[in-house]
Amino acid sequence: MELLVASAIGILTAGGLYLTLRLRTFPVILGISLLTYAVNVFLFTSGRLAIGAAPILRDGVSTYTDPLPQALVLTAIVISFGMSAVVVMIALGAFLGADDDHVDDLPDAETDSDQKGDEA
Amino acid sequence: MSLFILVALPFLGALLPGLMNSAGRSATAGVTFTVSLTAFVGLLTNLPTILEGEVVMARVDWMPLMGLNFTLMLDGLGFFFALLILGIGLLIIAYARHYLGRDDNMGQFFTYLLLFQGAMVGIVLSDNILLLIIFWELTSLSSFLLIGYWKHLPEGRQGARMALAVTAMGGLAMIAGMLILGQIVGSYDLSEILQHRDLIQADPLYVPALVLILLGCFTKSAQFPFHFWLPHAMAAPTPVSAYLHSATMVKAGIFLMARMWPVLSGTPEWFVIVTSAGLTTMVLGAVIALFKHDLKALLAFSTVSHLGLITMLLGTGTAFGAMAAVFHILNHATFKAALFMSAGIVDHAAHTRDIRRLGGLSRLMPVTFLIATLAALSMAGIPLLNGFLSKEMMLEESGRTVLFGTPWLVPALATFGSLFSAAYSFRLIGHVFLGPKRDDYPATPHDPGAGLWLPPAILVALVVLIGVAPFVVEPFVKLVTASLLGAAGVVPEAHIKIWHGLVPALFLSLIAVFGGLILLSVFKPALRLWDSTPRPEAKAIYDAIVAAAEGLARAIILPLHNGAFTRYAAIGAVTIFAAGYHAWITGTLDAPTRTMQPAGAVPIAGWLMLLGATAGMVLLHRNRLLSLILIGIVGLMVSIGFVFFSAPDLAMTQFTVEVVTIILMLLALNFLPNRTPVESSVLRRVRDAGIAVAGGVATFGLSYHFMLRDAVSTPISEFHLANSYKGGGGTNVVNVILVDFRGFDTYGEIIVLGIAALLIYALTETLLRGPVRARLLNRKPDQPRAGDTHPMMMVVLTRVLLPIVLMVGFYIFLRGHNDPGGGFIAGLIVSIAVVMQYMASGFGWTSARLRYPYHGVIGAGVLTAGLTGIGSWFVGKPFLTSDFTYVRIPPFKEFELATAMLFDLGVFLAVVGAVMLSLESFSRLARLASEVDDDHPMDIDPSREEDDADGLTSTARAGV
Repeated sequence: MELLVASAIGILTAGGLYLTLRLRTFPVILGISLLTYAVNVFLFTSGRLAIGAAPILRDGVSTYTDPLPQALVLTAIVISFGMSAVVVMIALGAFLGADDDHVDDLPDAETDSDQKGDEA
Repeated sequence: MSLFILVALPFLGALLPGLMNSAGRSATAGVTFTVSLTAFVGLLTNLPTILEGEVVMARVDWMPLMGLNFTLMLDGLGFFFALLILGIGLLIIAYARHYLGRDDNMGQFFTYLLLFQGAMVGIVLSDNILLLIIFWELTSLSSFLLIGYWKHLPEGRQGARMALAVTAMGGLAMIAGMLILGQIVGSYDLSEILQHRDLIQADPLYVPALVLILLGCFTKSAQFPFHFWLPHAMAAPTPVSAYLHSATMVKAGIFLMARMWPVLSGTPEWFVIVTSAGLTTMVLGAVIALFKHDLKALLAFSTVSHLGLITMLLGTGTAFGAMAAVFHILNHATFKAALFMSAGIVDHAAHTRDIRRLGGLSRLMPVTFLIATLAALSMAGIPLLNGFLSKEMMLEESGRTVLFGTPWLVPALATFGSLFSAAYSFRLIGHVFLGPKRDDYPATPHDPGAGLWLPPAILVALVVLIGVAPFVVEPFVKLVTASLLGAAGVVPEAHIKIWHGLVPALFLSLIAVFGGLILLSVFKPALRLWDSTPRPEAKAIYDAIVAAAEGLARAIILPLHNGAFTRYAAIGAVTIFAAGYHAWITGTLDAPTRTMQPAGAVPIAGWLMLLGATAGMVLLHRNRLLSLILIGIVGLMVSIGFVFFSAPDLAMTQFTVEVVTIILMLLALNFLPNRTPVESSVLRRVRDAGIAVAGGVATFGLSYHFMLRDAVSTPISEFHLANSYKGGGGTNVVNVILVDFRGFDTYGEIIVLGIAALLIYALTETLLRGPVRARLLNRKPDQPRAGDTHPMMMVVLTRVLLPIVLMVGFYIFLRGHNDPGGGFIAGLIVSIAVVMQYMASGFGWTSARLRYPYHGVIGAGVLTAGLTGIGSWFVGKPFLTSDFTYVRIPPFKEFELATAMLFDLGVFLAVVGAVMLSLESFSRLARLASEVDDDHPMDIDPSREEDDADGLTSTARAGV
């Protein structure tokens, strides 16, 4: 079981890294989302894996899984929604403003007009 | 007056001039003057204590563990400087009122000036050296603002930058020196440090500390080779030059040398560095000053020269030298500030400061002539004026100082410098005021109103008073000297008087004065000689150094930071991987302590789906809609994994967030291209795959080894499990952690979420106002639209569902404390219910029925959570302490009421508000982009009686 979860984290990381290194905003955002899953799952596993031991106190039950990583990951999930929404908005604004969804802003690109404004 | 108020007063007062700006120039200046006057009077209330030789202390612990405390100390030396700062400040404020023109923003000027005044008072009153550094940097900043006050002048901006670069660099060095000093003594309090002369001077780090601190002092006080910034700072308005760059700020370095004198001075290192730097500066400044044609530049270099003189006196390390330094600080402040103000008057009246275009002003401006002449004669060292007294003390001291084993070196150079000093003083009088009247002044010179000449006149009155009756100030000078010397010296017996008999110093004085007269008589050939001598230009050297540093920075940064996000991402990933790899090969790994759990068919199936979806995303990411669907599968698998591994709360959160995120991405994808084109080369894709695989293998290895071993120490969640019910009154430990144990964390988190949503809202607003608006309006959909944008089936379904979903949300919220659920999840569920209304019935219909703006909902949530936390203050508990009780309302079972539930309500509202505000912002963009959007929720509604034309157009448009 541990092997499955660990490899899932590895797969998500690899996929996320590859997509993050793409040149357009949309795949980069998806890549960051994959990395977010990977990080959240990794944090979650710091409480170690347990089946059928949810941290809901019940009479006669004495073993529970670690609740703290769960609480931390819960807020992390919600915050990462906020962050992806901001990133998506920025990407959208950039695309609508410049009609270009490249993530790289290379100074030597021919279409780049920023250079002229630089000296002013 | 309390020292805290004394320091705080100018800072607080700095708020006022800006507010008074619209009330007129006199009101603005009047308020500033009143603030300064209050501080001045407050300082004087401490005079009786100071005269008794006592020290006023005030202390508040700020960060005691770091040794940074808000400790203030007022002794004789601090009082003396504070008196100069506040006293001359008053005169400057009055002068500036009349000096600044109608176009100058007076509120801004006086705000800067008061900031500076506060910072300066802070320096001289600080007892803690870290606190002193803070004030020190504040003076550099306010000086920067004041030099660049005339923003339209390029010289002003360049001068401000140069001054900031030089003094801030020195300030950095000084911080290092002060930290070393604090480490040696074990305390950052000056009163403590000043007791440990022997300890400090015996320490091997004494020399580095000394050099670093002196770097700070020399840059601030414009000592060679850092003198060049001061003349360039003269681009500032004249009141600033008079105040900061002659009377006060440039003396901060000297103040610090005087402050540290008891512990740092008296060693050969101190003597050689300080004395030679001072002597060089004094001679160099005096020589350059003589040949400057700009009146303010002449005065600037003369200030450099006099600062050198004072530094040299402090460098000798004798008590008499210290007393002469104190006395000359006082005298220089009086005559130099008066001279700067006179220069400002001349500039104001004749519209030029070029000495070559002036001359013969004595009959046109008799009052200014009198003031400037008395001040200049004092600078030249003419008897019956105060400059003579301290200059003679300096010459006397120089006669006893032996530098580099050569007895004649110091007196000869000191006399040489004094000779040039006399010469430029005479030149100032002779070439500006004396001589024939000219008829080619740029403007007709005339004496100004009393507002401009009275401030310098008061200073000149002091010049004469001290010069004629030195015994008046002698007790005060000795008091200050005693406080400067501390335990390290005894105040000399010698009296300050005009006639000492035929002592060597008198002859040196005579040589200087008459030599100066002779030099001025041969000024023209001397100037030709000076102009033909090649000499290094300090500004050119400075510019070259700055350019070289900039080039170096560019060479290092540009390859790394070239604007390519992918490059940063790759560098970051590889660096983290390398660090992890290093840890892996150098660290050790214990044997596993946990056994691997068996995996059944269901987990393997889930794993395969996750693998397939991720692989599909990587391979098919060019089809954006497809990859969005695939990432939905990944999210679902993660949610199911959470359920499987005993985390129901997480699963519910992940699941609902997933829905919201996909809706958001779809809204964005509506505008973005549907496909990602092929751009990167195969080589590059192989490289990226390499990085990705390396990162994946690394995280796999890390988490695999991690999961098979127990935690090194007992997790703190033992405490949470044990106290969740007893202390928090809930059986869902995750929820109790969120709203109770780590409630403060959650509080911060909902604020961040709210800020993110507001940021999205602000970005949308900006986009909708800019050129994007027009582009959106003209946008043609790139794909055929659906025939019915708001299908009746969906509208009916979502409306029926709405109350049910709200009920579920309410239920999830209520049960959260004891079962999986809570504010976060309930908030997301309710958001989804509302979003469905937007999707089904359209933006116009939904937003017309919206009763509360989402910003308000976010605010209400954060406020509710915050007020719940504050509520615990009223029962004397810390912020966010929770309480609970069980109540029974007859028809129901007994149930629990907890304050944590109120807090959770805040979380709920903040989440709803934030999610809705983000999604709504996106849909506002969509609405603008010629999307079909009626006020009617359904395209076809049998119960509606509409006029045909309207219905026709909307269907017709929808069909495009």
